[in-house]
Amino acid sequence: MNKPQQPHIELRTSPHVKAAPTVEQIMRNVVYALLPIAAFAVWQFGISALALILVVTGSCLATEYAFSRSAGRGNTLSDWSAAITGLLLALTLPPGFPLWMGAVAGFIAIALGKTLFGGLGYNVFNPALVGRAFVQAAFPVAITTWTPAGLPGRFVEFIPTTLALPFMTPPAVGEWSKQQVDSFSGATPLAQWKFEGVITSTSDLFTGMVAGSAGETSALLILLCGIYLAARRMMDWRIPSAVLLGAFVTALVFHLLNDQHYPTPLFVLFSGGLMLGALFMASDMVASPVTPWGVWIYGLFIGVLTVIIRYFGGLSEGVMYAILLGNALSPLIEHITQPRIYGARKSGAKS
Amino acid sequence: MTLLRWFGRKTFSHGVHPQAHKEDTADKPIRRLPFAPRMIVPLAQHLGKPSRATVKVGQEVVRGQPIAEADGFMSVPQHAPATGVVEAIRLMPSAQGPRVPAIVIRVYEASNQEVLWRTPRDMNALTPEQIIQAVQDTGLVGLGGAAFPSHVKLKVPSGAVIDTLIVNGCECEPYLTTDHRVMLEQGPDLIRGTQYAMRVVGARQAIIGVEDNKPDAIAAIRRHLPADGSIRVEAVETKYPQGAEKMLITSLLGREVPSGGLPAQIGVVVNNVGTLTALGRLLPRGEGLIERVITVAGPGVKKPGNYLVPIGTPLRFVLNHVGFSGSEQEVILGGPMMGNAVASLDVPITKGSSGVLVLSNSEIQAETRRIHPCIKCGKCVAACPMHLNPTQLGLLAAKREYDVMAERFHLKDCIECGCCSFVCPSSIPLVQYFRIAKSILRERAA
Repeated sequence: MNKPQQPHIELRTSPHVKAAPTVEQIMRNVVYALLPIAAFAVWQFGISALALILVVTGSCLATEYAFSRSAGRGNTLSDWSAAITGLLLALTLPPGFPLWMGAVAGFIAIALGKTLFGGLGYNVFNPALVGRAFVQAAFPVAITTWTPAGLPGRFVEFIPTTLALPFMTPPAVGEWSKQQVDSFSGATPLAQWKFEGVITSTSDLFTGMVAGSAGETSALLILLCGIYLAARRMMDWRIPSAVLLGAFVTALVFHLLNDQHYPTPLFVLFSGGLMLGALFMASDMVASPVTPWGVWIYGLFIGVLTVIIRYFGGLSEGVMYAILLGNALSPLIEHITQPRIYGARKSGAKS
Repeated sequence: MTLLRWFGRKTFSHGVHPQAHKEDTADKPIRRLPFAPRMIVPLAQHLGKPSRATVKVGQEVVRGQPIAEADGFMSVPQHAPATGVVEAIRLMPSAQGPRVPAIVIRVYEASNQEVLWRTPRDMNALTPEQIIQAVQDTGLVGLGGAAFPSHVKLKVPSGAVIDTLIVNGCECEPYLTTDHRVMLEQGPDLIRGTQYAMRVVGARQAIIGVEDNKPDAIAAIRRHLPADGSIRVEAVETKYPQGAEKMLITSLLGREVPSGGLPAQIGVVVNNVGTLTALGRLLPRGEGLIERVITVAGPGVKKPGNYLVPIGTPLRFVLNHVGFSGSEQEVILGGPMMGNAVASLDVPITKGSSGVLVLSNSEIQAETRRIHPCIKCGKCVAACPMHLNPTQLGLLAAKREYDVMAERFHLKDCIECGCCSFVCPSSIPLVQYFRIAKSILRERAA
């Protein structure tokens, strides 16, 4: 009998087949989905936004590299998660944010928000928001200094604040902006509503030709990029849906109670960082619950809280704190929403 | 679940959709392989106590002759798969890893290998108890892979009333098509076996559940159904693990087997189509189970197909005959979702072997992916058909908190289907963790 050659036999446990995608593929697709938003930010705000995105992302990558190497975790850049943190963080900052402060934000995001907890998978909070919360507290003026979108010289000239030297107060941007445009208004639509009572049109908000953080202005673009991710099953569509639903319903209730004082629900959905937060930050898998009911409760909580902070807090914006609080509550939400296992209910019904 | 049933498609909630890979073998009729020169018949091919050898080294055996007897109720006898001489009774490699005691038979090349050892019975004259004894005498076990002794399954626990016999024709594992071919080719045996089983358990109806990717099998069985309407065929959604007993019960009847309980508690007994077909053929003829149909498939196989092989045929012999390029790297006994990779080609086909798969380098590479920490994507939670929380279980397993896993997160309800590992983007071997945790808890309890 002719014996077949003895193959090199692999021994593995079942299942012997796997379904795509891998962690790398998921993370890489999130980066792809963020790139159009980043490109739009550059088109709107010019080279300042580009420099900010590069510096913040570079700071995140460098921090991740240094910490993971020193912790003996090997090179973790290849999982793309630090790149996501960097991109997201840059997109939540004002386009003229001083670059050195952006670098600090990136360092804090990764060092404090991620590697301190043990790296990918172990962070309790969304790292990008940890970074942003830090600079919000450390540099309150710089993070509320806005510039209008679409300035004529934006591709050749930096916004003056961008190039502020470390530990120096950034120059006031008001005079500079007035020279660029006839009627200067650097305030974001949310701030204009909250502090001046001016309502920006919903269509402007939807397309994004307004002042705001680098990547949060175009609700339409963010929505399209999010739908791409959800359609490729790289994102849990239920979380953004729940956030937006929670915000919409809360805003609707207030609007119906007093339509003079409270804006329309659509204004609330399309203004500020809500869209970017709902689709790209609340949906961060690591810091959100995994249980079927948990994701809805978590999302609704963030949506409702965002509107409450916007209406009754001292800030015009609320989504960042709402998501961070949601992250903090995530383990509790998961704990109380454990799924009912198959066969747990006595199903003696022989009907 | 209720919602899905309203939309008319019979199914359970959660589960996964692995690529089926059935096209290579589904249309190939069952063929017989030649006899290997040496057969290896392990004494433990079933759940429960191993059987006791009743032959001696050097003794001649005739194909079909009992060579080992059942050791208690949770045990079955073994029969000689071929005419020959007992060469040895010793430890031999097994698919599970450790060596197990087996009877090795050197097969007579000159023999025509006719089955001479049979005691035909008039089935109508037998009581349910006598049928159960007759089933045990055939040495029949669940042929779907679990190898649970069939007579034990047919013995209804006292106090339970069975209204429905479910016949499992799902075959949800990728690549495998043995049940599919059996349904196409052996309908009358299947119906006869189903009727015997109904009589034993006292069920008034039987439902044959077949995944809707096998319309030809559904049509073929319909032609043989008895006119009284007691047996019917129903299509269920093609989804893994549709063929898991509990999932199929829920798909067909909307009932849930209580946690830690048996299907009999909700009036159901489930049997695999291959098992009942064997029952329908073996019982009236009074023969023992000495051969079974296996699917041999995978990219490493030159002539994939469904083959009737004597139990005890070494894998090396099977692969030799179907053509085997030898460069492939993983040989699996069973399906890719729940089967065992074997360490040696001297492992024999046993009663529970439903297939032999040879996976190629590319498939193995797809599986050897970098293991990342859990990113809590929740895909395993959405996939687990038992609605467990594999994310939480996996984290606890890493911390060796086995008691917490069992007490708070229902580890014992895990059916080890592998859906969680299948979907995990971090490639965490979740189901393996759970198997280890369960075995450690079993050891502690013992």
